[in-house]
Amino acid sequence: MDNLNVIEVEGLTKMFGDFTAVDTITFKVKRGEIFGFLGANGAGKTTAIKMLTGISNPTSGKAKVAGFDVFNQAEDIKKNIGYMSQKFALYDDLTVKENITFFGGIYGLSRAQIKEKTEELITELDLQEIANQLASSLPLGWKQKISFSVALLHKPQIVFLDEPTGGVDPITRRQFWEMIYKNANNGTTIFVTTHYMDEAEYCDRVSIMVNGKIEALDTPKRLKEQFEANNMNDVFLKLARE
Amino acid sequence: MSITVKHISKSYGDLNALKDISFDVKEGELFGLIGPDGAGKTTLFRILTTLLIANKGIATIAGLDVLTDYKSIRKGVGYMPGKFSLYQDLTVEENLNFFATIFGTTISENYDLIKEIYVQIEPFKTRRAGKLSGGMKQKLALCCALIHKPKVLFLDEPTTGVDPVSRKEFWEMLKRLQQKGITILVSTPYMDEAALCDRIALIQNGKILEINSPNEIVKKYPKTLYNLSANNMYKLIESLKSYKHQYSVYPFGEFVHYTDNRNNFNLEELQFYLEAKEHTNITIKIAQPTIEDVFMELAK
Repeated sequence: MDNLNVIEVEGLTKMFGDFTAVDTITFKVKRGEIFGFLGANGAGKTTAIKMLTGISNPTSGKAKVAGFDVFNQAEDIKKNIGYMSQKFALYDDLTVKENITFFGGIYGLSRAQIKEKTEELITELDLQEIANQLASSLPLGWKQKISFSVALLHKPQIVFLDEPTGGVDPITRRQFWEMIYKNANNGTTIFVTTHYMDEAEYCDRVSIMVNGKIEALDTPKRLKEQFEANNMNDVFLKLARE
Repeated sequence: MSITVKHISKSYGDLNALKDISFDVKEGELFGLIGPDGAGKTTLFRILTTLLIANKGIATIAGLDVLTDYKSIRKGVGYMPGKFSLYQDLTVEENLNFFATIFGTTISENYDLIKEIYVQIEPFKTRRAGKLSGGMKQKLALCCALIHKPKVLFLDEPTTGVDPVSRKEFWEMLKRLQQKGITILVSTPYMDEAALCDRIALIQNGKILEINSPNEIVKKYPKTLYNLSANNMYKLIESLKSYKHQYSVYPFGEFVHYTDNRNNFNLEELQFYLEAKEHTNITIKIAQPTIEDVFMELAK
């Protein structure tokens, strides 16, 4: 595997009975890249992400994530990636600190490391006042920021973000993206899905899935040129409304 | 007035979910409540649909009081909650039939109203609601909320988590319902949808920040806004944030939206500053503010 590529996918396919949810998709994601993974509801994004994160077995094709094969090294993949989704961020009935400790443990950090990381996160995100509050009492934007940091606790090479900013207020949404930029700049690969088309513009490259296939993949600038569109929203509408 | 809200407040324990909310929605108007999660939108919807009682204030729907006339209100309004609330183990058709029967009507009686939406899910009418895709659930929920021909329609975040294509179709559908004389109160966290409403209220932390037509709201933006771009956007944001004259710096699609804290300022000075920070391909242009810019300014 090329050292520069953190994800290499070739002809990856997933079928449920007669239905082809993901249809021979092929792409590569480079180290430190912000890769936008877009598509309409039902286009196959979630199924593809499940295969890439080692949760679901592909029907055919090849894929390597963080240097590991999705077919027979799924457990290694899980240890070397971070994951957060809009639907599940933190355990509501644990405090912020307890959540950090819990996820640190899950990701195999030692007690000393967890302690160090906890202090680090609390300072970095300004959590002093809420560190001992239940996660359920926090605004969504806070939860998402903490959840993102927690997904990075074990310094994964790549982090999968599944609609991380849905419903988050506009200012926090931007703070979240600044965190993404910062981590990408430090070499973490970001694989992100979103329904906010302005966020698609923040990505280095964007792929758009339609009916299980990747129908477009390029930088936002070149996609706009290719589809003669003013913005990514128009690109998306042109592609997905066939 | 189709909906009047006067000084409504609601708290849950120490949390003030709504703080002295007042606004009106005219008959036949498409009115948007625009705000993020936790703004209080759902609490307000539940009060207006008589499912929750406010601590203070009064509200009327089509002239009926939400406290004393709750039974009549329930017959005359349609409500699509943010969370999918249909019967998962009934089929599409059974759900629709159930709601029609509850409201003392039949599917055929008001079929005209839902036809356009229902034909899209009709091929799946024998499928259980729990097995539908997100987009289809949303369409079925809208049909169920419309089947008794309500005068006022309440839609709580109908497009959250929905892709841009389906969102666009959903709003086209709302416009057509509005033309049939239905008053619509709709909430959304997507600021770009605000422009599609007749009037909007921007809401955050239980308070209304502004009420007006989308055009008027955008006109009120107090600053000159600039679109900036350069080769490395992350470093551009960092440089701008450490610029001593910056008032606000927000990534905004392919540009960074920038405002300066001086009334008159020399663009060249900013250009030099960025060049000194080794940025290349710098562009600086005046930009039109959007509702999202106004929202961020008001929420700052």
